[in-house]
Amino acid sequence: MAELKAEPTAGGRPRPISPHLQIYRPMLTMVMSIVHRITGAALYFGTLLLAWWLISAASGPNAYANVEWFMDTLVGRVVLFGYTWSLLHHTLGGIRHLIWDTLHGLEPADREMLTVATLVGSIALTVVVWVIGYLAMGGPR
Amino acid sequence: MIGQRPNEMRTAARRVRGLGAARSGTKDFWHQRVTSVAGIPLTIALIVIVIALLGRSHAAVVQILGSPLVAIIMLLFILNTAYHMWIGMQEIILDYLHDDKFKFLSLLANTFFCIAVGLASAFAILKISFGV
Repeated sequence: MAELKAEPTAGGRPRPISPHLQIYRPMLTMVMSIVHRITGAALYFGTLLLAWWLISAASGPNAYANVEWFMDTLVGRVVLFGYTWSLLHHTLGGIRHLIWDTLHGLEPADREMLTVATLVGSIALTVVVWVIGYLAMGGPR
Repeated sequence: MIGQRPNEMRTAARRVRGLGAARSGTKDFWHQRVTSVAGIPLTIALIVIVIALLGRSHAAVVQILGSPLVAIIMLLFILNTAYHMWIGMQEIILDYLHDDKFKFLSLLANTFFCIAVGLASAFAILKISFGV
């Protein structure tokens, strides 16, 4: 926070400080707002994976083989799975925010429903994408 | 006061020092929405393209990535994403970093990172595409 120290005013009384996150009970919409940020930041660095993949493909078969090797390791798979979920979660969360931008779905029940739908939807879609991915490759390797 | 415009709440000294609102916040807000709308179909397209390329040989991957439609979609995705993430990370930096030097260096690093990742990826796509 910028300036948590309350400066005394001319009268000697400290200026009022507006309450911030830490005094509120965590709510789903609040937690998911933070998760939207975290997935955004994760995807920020995840673009390095995309860049690495593209540059390797442009460089030639040997460089591309390195990417393929890494993605076949357990760490590579976990990173890729995390990237997939972050991408889908951030996309669905973005759609939710775009709906809210139009002033729709802001009633208590609606916004909870949209928030739960984002979480459940992102997990379900991630599983679907990976199942299709493995089917496309002809089964797990 | 001399040199002060009507309806200007800030003093001349404050204005010269650049304190107060930058008056450009809504531009970033709007551009973040524009790039997020564009990002929805582009993200779906990216996932479809990546799945289609899974397990294929390098030659096949280059062949498909280099075809005009796929290359154009990939270029749109990477450029749209680079701009979207530049705004997003800038927002995070401005929210959480308050030390002026650290904040300035972080904003600088954010700009360099996004341009470098965007340009490197775009160059790779173009090289693959023109090389086919």
